[in-house]
Amino acid sequence: MVNVLLALIPAVAAYVWFFGPAILVTMALASATALVLEAVMLKLRKKPVKPYLLDGSALLTAWLLALSIPPMGPWWMIVTGTAFAIVIAKHLYGGLGSNPFNPAMVGYAVLIISFPVQMTQWLAPLSIAQSHLDFLSQLGYMFFHALPQGSHLDAFTSATPLDTLKTQLHLDRPMAAIMSMPVYGSIGGTGGQWVAAAYLAGGLYLLQQKIISWHVPAAFIATVFVVSGALHLIDPAHHASPWFELASGATMICAFFILTDPVTGPTTPKGKLIFASGAGFLTFVIRTYGGYPDGVAFAVLLMNICVPLIDAYTQPSVFGKKK
Amino acid sequence: MRALHHFNGGVHPPEHKGESTLRPIQHPPLPKKLVIPLHQHIGNSAKPLVEAGDIVLKGQMIGKAEGYVSGAIHAPTSGKIISVGHESVPHPSGLKDLCIVLEPDGLESWIDLQPLDPLNMDPSTLRNRLRDAGVVGLGGAVFPSFIKLNPGTGKRIKTLVLNGAECEPYITCDDMLMRERAREIIEGAAVMRHMLHAEEVVIGIEDNKPQAISAMREAAGQSMEVVAVPTIYPGGGAKQLIRVLTGIEVPAGERSTDLGVQCFNVATAASVHRATRYGEPVLSRIVTVTGNVRNPGNFEALIGTPMDHLIDLAGRLEGSTGAIMGGPMMGFDLPSTAVPVVKATNCIIVKSDALFPKNPQPMPCIRCARCAESCPAELQPQELYWFAKAGNFGKAQEYALFDCIECGCCSYVCPSHIPLVQFYRYAKSEIWAQEREKKAADLARIRHDLRLERIEREKREKAERLAQKSAQAKTAENSPSEQK
Repeated sequence: MVNVLLALIPAVAAYVWFFGPAILVTMALASATALVLEAVMLKLRKKPVKPYLLDGSALLTAWLLALSIPPMGPWWMIVTGTAFAIVIAKHLYGGLGSNPFNPAMVGYAVLIISFPVQMTQWLAPLSIAQSHLDFLSQLGYMFFHALPQGSHLDAFTSATPLDTLKTQLHLDRPMAAIMSMPVYGSIGGTGGQWVAAAYLAGGLYLLQQKIISWHVPAAFIATVFVVSGALHLIDPAHHASPWFELASGATMICAFFILTDPVTGPTTPKGKLIFASGAGFLTFVIRTYGGYPDGVAFAVLLMNICVPLIDAYTQPSVFGKKK
Repeated sequence: MRALHHFNGGVHPPEHKGESTLRPIQHPPLPKKLVIPLHQHIGNSAKPLVEAGDIVLKGQMIGKAEGYVSGAIHAPTSGKIISVGHESVPHPSGLKDLCIVLEPDGLESWIDLQPLDPLNMDPSTLRNRLRDAGVVGLGGAVFPSFIKLNPGTGKRIKTLVLNGAECEPYITCDDMLMRERAREIIEGAAVMRHMLHAEEVVIGIEDNKPQAISAMREAAGQSMEVVAVPTIYPGGGAKQLIRVLTGIEVPAGERSTDLGVQCFNVATAASVHRATRYGEPVLSRIVTVTGNVRNPGNFEALIGTPMDHLIDLAGRLEGSTGAIMGGPMMGFDLPSTAVPVVKATNCIIVKSDALFPKNPQPMPCIRCARCAESCPAELQPQELYWFAKAGNFGKAQEYALFDCIECGCCSYVCPSHIPLVQFYRYAKSEIWAQEREKKAADLARIRHDLRLERIEREKREKAERLAQKSAQAKTAENSPSEQK
């Protein structure tokens, strides 16, 4: 799993470049929380602490959660989400290897339901934000909920490209006008599209290292592309281009880093294709017609439920017994 | 060129074959005593034909094949029988088994050998010869060869496959045999072809043995096809090799004969040749002695030679931590090296911490399914592990537990270092135990039912008899006067 962490680094670097260093604080806080709670839970469950801590699984959960939530969220939100992921979603279900739900996505789901306001306060890309908070002020906001005199949250936060699209379409603005807003880049969101590209690069590295198989990312990306592409062809006024769907939101991190979690996914090749296609379809549906800014987390959790069934019905035939 | 097929998965463990192929096959000096187990093959133990004190000749039958699936045992050299009793044998359990202990006299005086002209003889005569010569599969399975050379009426064998793949790391006994005695193997294969009426003979050798391949090609000429197969473990498994060479998949529980293929190890072919052409029974085999020894190599060891004798000849080194019989993937840890070489002993690997580091602490299964990717039987090892661990044996059988060939690829690739095969062996033995128990219970229940029925019947009969008696008595009482 250390390799998976490594593969996330380009995306983290892009994130810092386009949105500032606050994400690093979020990641550090989530990591510390995850490691401490992992150690406590291992102790309580009478498991050897060192080998389990060193496997990197807790750290990976922390990073994935941190990368899924707004980078300058209040400290207690980060801690709560991570704690839910590690303690409840992972260890109370039997720990590494036994948890049916992706822990990071459980953490995310808990946060988006409990703290919808804080969970939508995304930092605007540095290039288009009206003003900048310096790093110390960001820390001040995260830990003490204090903003410097005269500055306002709206000046440096913004809705995500996906959210903006939804609101603007609701206001009956034409698609072309929406897409020319500064929050949109050439394909996805300003800044965000490059983070997505970095996830893609990290994912290709994982594929090349044979840490993940092609089935999940290919089926997920293909499904999102085909479904959104079909709707875009039919009704381009209300549906963004499929390339936009791929380059925005959590599509890329989901395809290569979240959905590829082996523990909570199917093991058979055919099962992986079904699982990832289902997740792609649900992601698009929730994203487009649901009330949440993105659909990845719920799509993943819903598909996690189906994994035992998918596995049971996609058993390949054994040597010599092919039909 | 034959189009080769491939099988799922497989692994490439470090080969470690170069060490033991540096020198030709060596002939060790006679050990002080030979311990010859009577059970060296699949099937029934041989029945001892000698007693302590008997003088035997080299090649004399000292154990008779008992029942159909069995093999004869012979004196590997001339000498005196010291005892017939229980001795340590190479088995993972460390349990003792019936053995004949022979003290060589050093004369090597042979019995009268009876050479045959096998290619002009009836297959059934040849089968009897092979049975009496103790010819069994020398690839490790030690199944009596004469049975496999009897396809049965109405069965046609198209392809005879000779297995010279030798895919397990460290083992080189077949490699050296093919390099040095290709002629014998080809002659043996010709006898087998004659016995099976096979249309073609295909000899599969992994492409990491170029010397063996060219020696075999030279010996085979145009009569048989020597095919270099890709080096991938377990490419030497009979089913895998048959698949690679013919494209046929032999399902678990079915015999390849039914699909028109039969497969033998190359060393078995050589012993078929010697047994038929010269009348020599199986008295020795080639054993690779390697691992933590000074001069790893191959020895033509008499059956019954103490393994320690061979390890000493190869140069025992400090830091040995036990030994494996067979290869590192499918072999087993010997409880001791003070056990004899048997017909199944293809390799003795002396272990050391450097060559065989201790397994790291197993971590939980993360369902990554690398095991499934590597499984040549195309099973889902991660599911089988789960079911075996949970004691859910019914489900394990549903997921084809018994199709597992225990090749160890899954354990080898597992990133969590889980000894998966051990779980499958455990599950299999539990299922066997349950079936035995069930059979015993069924038998007991049938006996109980029969007993109850018998008691009931006896009661009924008794009552009927009593009723009859009292009826007779009554009629007697009532009518004495009438009779008079």
